[in-house]
Amino acid sequence: MRFELTPRTSVSPVLRALAPVAAFITAFLIAGFVIWLMGRSPVAAFEVYVTQPLSDSWALQELLVKATPLALIAIGLAYCFRANFWNIGAEGQYVMGAVLGSWLALTTHGTEAGFWVLPAMLALGMVGGAAYGLIPAFLKTRFGVSEILTSLMLVYVAQLTLDYLVRGPWRDPQGFNFPQSVTFDPAATLPPVMEASRVHYGTVFAVIAILVTAVVLGRTLFGYRLRLTGDAPRAAHFAGFSARTTTMAVFAISGGLAGLAGIGEVSGQIGQLQPSISPGYGFTAITVAFLGRLNPIGILVAALVVALTFIGGESAQIMLKLPLDLTQAFQGILLLCVLAADALVSYRVRLVTRGGGK
Amino acid sequence: MQADVSPTGPPLVELRGISKRYGELLANDGIDLRIEPGEIHALLGENGAGKSTLVKILYGVIEPTAGEILWEGRPVSIASPVEARALGIGMVFQHFSLFDELTVAENIAVALSSDWSLATVRSRLGDISRAYGLALEPDRAVWTLSAGERQRIEIVRCLLQNPRLLILDEPTSVLTPQEAEHLFVTLDKLSADGCSILYISHKLEEVRRLCRRATILRGGRVVGAIDPRERSAREIAALMVGNEVGEVRTGTAHAPKGEMLRVTNLTLPPAGLHGQALHGIDLVAHAGEIVGIAGVAGNGQSELFAALSGERPTESADTIAIDGRPCGTAGVDARRRLGAAFVPEERLGHAAAPTHRLSENTLISHAAAEVSRSGFILVNAARRLAGAIVKSFDVRTPEGDPQARKLSGGNLQKFVIGREIIRRPRLLIVDQPTWGVDAGAARLIRQALVDLAREGSAVVVISQDLDELFEVADRMAVIHHGRLSALRPISEWTKEAVGLEMLGVSQSQGAAHAV
Amino acid sequence: MTTFEAILLTIVTASTPLLIAALGELVTERSGVLNLGVEGMMAMGAACSFAAAVTFDSTLLGVAAGILAGALMAALFALVVLGFAANQVGSGLALTILGLGLAGLIGAPFVGARRDPVPPVDIPVLSDLPVVGRLFFEQDLFVYASIALTIFVAYYLNRTRSGLMLRSIGENHGSAHGLGLPVWRVRFLAILFGGACSGLAGAYLALVYTRFWSPGMTAGRGWIALALVVFAAWRPGWALIGAYIFGAATVLQLHAQAAQFGVPSQVLSAVPYVATILALLLLSIRRGRAIGAPGSLGLPFVPDR
Repeated sequence: MRFELTPRTSVSPVLRALAPVAAFITAFLIAGFVIWLMGRSPVAAFEVYVTQPLSDSWALQELLVKATPLALIAIGLAYCFRANFWNIGAEGQYVMGAVLGSWLALTTHGTEAGFWVLPAMLALGMVGGAAYGLIPAFLKTRFGVSEILTSLMLVYVAQLTLDYLVRGPWRDPQGFNFPQSVTFDPAATLPPVMEASRVHYGTVFAVIAILVTAVVLGRTLFGYRLRLTGDAPRAAHFAGFSARTTTMAVFAISGGLAGLAGIGEVSGQIGQLQPSISPGYGFTAITVAFLGRLNPIGILVAALVVALTFIGGESAQIMLKLPLDLTQAFQGILLLCVLAADALVSYRVRLVTRGGGK
Repeated sequence: MQADVSPTGPPLVELRGISKRYGELLANDGIDLRIEPGEIHALLGENGAGKSTLVKILYGVIEPTAGEILWEGRPVSIASPVEARALGIGMVFQHFSLFDELTVAENIAVALSSDWSLATVRSRLGDISRAYGLALEPDRAVWTLSAGERQRIEIVRCLLQNPRLLILDEPTSVLTPQEAEHLFVTLDKLSADGCSILYISHKLEEVRRLCRRATILRGGRVVGAIDPRERSAREIAALMVGNEVGEVRTGTAHAPKGEMLRVTNLTLPPAGLHGQALHGIDLVAHAGEIVGIAGVAGNGQSELFAALSGERPTESADTIAIDGRPCGTAGVDARRRLGAAFVPEERLGHAAAPTHRLSENTLISHAAAEVSRSGFILVNAARRLAGAIVKSFDVRTPEGDPQARKLSGGNLQKFVIGREIIRRPRLLIVDQPTWGVDAGAARLIRQALVDLAREGSAVVVISQDLDELFEVADRMAVIHHGRLSALRPISEWTKEAVGLEMLGVSQSQGAAHAV
Repeated sequence: MTTFEAILLTIVTASTPLLIAALGELVTERSGVLNLGVEGMMAMGAACSFAAAVTFDSTLLGVAAGILAGALMAALFALVVLGFAANQVGSGLALTILGLGLAGLIGAPFVGARRDPVPPVDIPVLSDLPVVGRLFFEQDLFVYASIALTIFVAYYLNRTRSGLMLRSIGENHGSAHGLGLPVWRVRFLAILFGGACSGLAGAYLALVYTRFWSPGMTAGRGWIALALVVFAAWRPGWALIGAYIFGAATVLQLHAQAAQFGVPSQVLSAVPYVATILALLLLSIRRGRAIGAPGSLGLPFVPDR
């Protein structure tokens, strides 16, 4: 028994657009099956995961809140993945962005520092994420070390750094020994878009990033450079695009956007530094990027869809006593299904059963 | 000598009505073919005629869509190369099925059935080498070997299994003339020992030298079964190509004018693990002439191309001068802006991105083409440029602006060469311009190169195809182990002299004239 | 037993899961497939083995469950990357995310449970030798198994016909297919072997190393095992040496944390990860780019047929 793959001669745009949808439905069916195995009702779970969040204005806002970091990171990853560089350490870049940005918030805490604090924090967040992303890029271009392993290892290092800071030098002295920093001053807090809303300005940045990226990837020579580097690296070299510059650029961009997501989340959402500032956004964003087919608008939709699973996962934990790990497992299944669906777009797959298959 | 074709027994192998369909393309269309025991049978045809598909079917690599195979009169189904080998079929591929990092003995053992141990392979390797003059060291890693030696591994692999039928796919394309002659002697011996040989080629001379029967394919069909010794080369060529292919009009070379390219003592260490170093290469190309660089693959051609194109800049700027301006350290973009253009050997993946549309592929030479402005892509300009190339170089496309991979080899080659020529570069450097390209496209490309030179540009053609170089080049040199021979007018070269240079037997100035 | 001996013993215990997982991945990669899902398969191995061991009160069944879980995860990966020719890097990453999540689900009811230590196997006479005796000849069965596995993998790859076939397929799958070697089947089995080894490594973590289950207990060991394969230049003997160096680094930083040198514990915890990066870096500086990597590593295989 074996699979036979025949490259499709032409791929209809409909098929291309439908593939992620089909992947999502498949992943949902598998997850429903798992929930059924666990002795719960898949229908009730669907209700809690999907229907309720979408029918409640508080939950809808929450959806935007969760989708914001996902979209920001995933849009950055699209630059990397299009050029076929595997930055899987966005989680670390997110953390480092948050750390560097928060540094300013903590340094200016309780001072009269004015309006400039917030923009400077955001800028520092991007710098922190970009600098951290440039480490694997530098190791790759200068020494040929695979970016996959280094970028991932740096996630652990970033998390330990954050842990050290909030338990050590940056701990709030009046915090009853809790491992957390002081709560940021208003001047260091990213304000909500509307009064009494949970949605902060990070969402606006995410939308801007998506629009800019749509232009950059679709209409500029730089965007073409990434595509060419990803699809035919020798041709990119022949076109005069230096691989070194490309690598550095995409890692800086994706690190910077992850860092912006990190400082945005801390300053707009959490309000202080804690040992854990992400439920795995940096890894989930990989799923988002692929689910969105590395296309800016696709990523926007995918970020909203995947954010739904986060919110659904939280309420399912409370209402159905379904563990949060289910959400992570679902995201893994979803990514596998998306990648398999991508292959189905490029190839016709046929299961062949024949004696002595090859 | 070759065993006589015996009309009594059944043929060793007979193909009846073999067809292979790939989507809309019919690669093989009802092909009949008979091979008698002990004969050397030629399968002739242009690139894309369906020869490779047919032999892959016979060897079990590809499944036919229709038709049957008879082995000694019995119908058989050959589902895999393992089954083909069990029947007694051996095959030497055009692109060797070798594993660079493994040793010669390992490469041979892995292709044999499981009762062959490395030790037996080693001892039998010696026997075979002596019997057929195929010298090989069992413990050498394959990447250290020349193309000729690699081919020997493939042949020995087959011979160790005492094949009844040996298939060779374009075996001489990577050999020097002397190595090719050596191969012919081996094949004659094998045939005399009763082994049938199916010899695939598009070179008439070889077929006339080796074979008494030839089957000619064109467009996936059999268009003739002949004795190649009884027909004129012209007649056979007409069968192969269909409508006759005219010759390239070379016109009269103007007296060479300015120096467009000067390479001085170009020395480069090998790039990567298995690369070839370049040693003290000197080369000059003038406006108005075509300079040919001959040589067997893997002797430094791609390294030379990378150094000339700027894909691999040199340490000192003075090593390479384009139009009198030193640019050894400059990248490919800067050299394009100096008026140079480049066409690398690999069409897919190097000259063009397979999954990108033709209009997008014009962006690869963006530094010198008007397809972008201040960082933005001029989509319409790129489309117009692609359209113009398609039109002026007769590129046959399945649709308006297709992906590069959807074009046949010949059409894509016309496109990538056209992309450079259309902007009238003053220097064009092209590596293997007609490799794997059908006769019509090859002629068009050669004509375009000649026309460009006659209009006053300098053209450097790196090619393994000696016939091509003798046809278009004004002056020629041979590259061997990263060293370039003296550059001489084409009239001073003979094929024998070129062959000796390819083998590294450097000739004195006088000896080059001798035949 | 002196403290020194105790430290040496724990180094062996810390190194063994790294070695087992690295050997499995090494075989997978030698066949030309990059499976980044080691961490996920390891977590599944740990969770399933612990669940089975507690449920049936049997270490043996626990180990079997761990191996099976790893292999099943690998089979899923094989389906996607071989069956659908999907991107291997992405699929491996997905496998890790999935494995960590599923392991959390499976292990949740067992948080807080503990297993008794697995008794060491004492090799008579030899274990009485000073220092080395207890270190080398009074270990649990897994340690001996991991050494045997190293020898087996080395022998298999370099001395057997099947190993030669696997190496050829990893080196150049196009040529291998042209010769009629069963690329698909060999890769499938190599991926399964890699998964089984990862599962076993996870089982070792849960049943011997910690003797309890907690989410995230693999703590990046799967990724370190992946780095070890690169570090070892795809050779089993070097994987053994590398695993022990990394095991030593892990244990020594733990002891350093206990000794309270005044260095923040987080800095010491980061040692294995930073060491991995440095090892990869030094290796690249010394040897140039990825020498020893199988030629077809990570590339999807789609034969024309």
